[in-house]
Amino acid sequence: MTALAFADPVFESQAVFRRIMRAMAVPGTIFHCGESLAPPAPLAPAAAAALLTLADFETPLWIAPSFAAASGGAVAAYLTFHTGAPLAPSPETAAFALIDLAADGLRLERFAQGTAEYPDRSTTAVAQGACLGEGPKLTLAGPGVAGEAELRAEGLPRDFLAQWAANRGGFPLGVDMILAAGTALACLPRSVVLSQEMR
Amino acid sequence: MPIADPVAEQARDDGAIAARQRAMALLARALAPEMAEPVERIWPSCAARDLKPVETGLVMLRGRIGGDGAPFNVGEATVTRAVVELPSGERGYAHVLGRDVGRARLAAVVDALWQKPEARADVEAAILAPIAARIAAEKAKTRAETAATRVDFFTLVRGEDGA
Repeated sequence: MTALAFADPVFESQAVFRRIMRAMAVPGTIFHCGESLAPPAPLAPAAAAALLTLADFETPLWIAPSFAAASGGAVAAYLTFHTGAPLAPSPETAAFALIDLAADGLRLERFAQGTAEYPDRSTTAVAQGACLGEGPKLTLAGPGVAGEAELRAEGLPRDFLAQWAANRGGFPLGVDMILAAGTALACLPRSVVLSQEMR
Repeated sequence: MPIADPVAEQARDDGAIAARQRAMALLARALAPEMAEPVERIWPSCAARDLKPVETGLVMLRGRIGGDGAPFNVGEATVTRAVVELPSGERGYAHVLGRDVGRARLAAVVDALWQKPEARADVEAAILAPIAARIAAEKAKTRAETAATRVDFFTLVRGEDGA
């Protein structure tokens, strides 16, 4: 049985789009979306909501191996059926990527970085597997943040800050991230500068 | 173990695709009562469920002048599409011109039923055959009406007298 997506695609996806836009504009803020969705496991409702809203037939979607292995490819079937997005053969050709931080790890440099003429042609990585709102505190600075903001996230890769610094170093090129956990969602646009207090 | 014959398999696939295309093309031109009545009579409890809400949108029509002209956009057509799934897993699709949501959904239900091997013969006999007959009759009528207004032009041989 194929799982259903938004019951009212136009208004629900507009509402989710609005929240993602706000989350990108104010990095570090946690928003909730996808409460009405029951995507196939292990896809998180917030990640499903983000991809159902953003992906379409023009945006190749790369799905990390852990999702392809789980429940017989149900996640890929669900997303391609409801969005019409083609599956990208590799991360560097993807407009959107779905990854699980715990099962797949993270290699930001493997994704499309955009080009100098078109920095927007980079991958937006939708990453689940971290817990938002608890765990070590990340300090955020940059556009959209008045002074400093904080985001607590448990389960980010060990070298996340180093990878993010490298990603930030390539500005205006680089990868944008949407962190999803359950129905919670926070965005890290490529412009944000991350630091972590030493404990 | 039988040896797989790729040519025969390809031909079988092409045949299956062509048969489904024919069925879907007929359903796209079916009227709602032509589908509703047999579906209610033969499969009153088919319990098809909508995988996506039935939606109406625009489809860009592409055309080319002659067989070899450059493709261009002719204009947009209003199309309603439906996707349903039967409890046994068959997925029916339909795209119909216009904004008739019920008709699009019925066409998708019939497309799903058509894919069930045990239901295909009934679908063909009770739904597709009457639709094909109606379309053929309409075409013949138009052709006859057009033929009645036909004017044959011919050129008279000019009298070149004095020969």
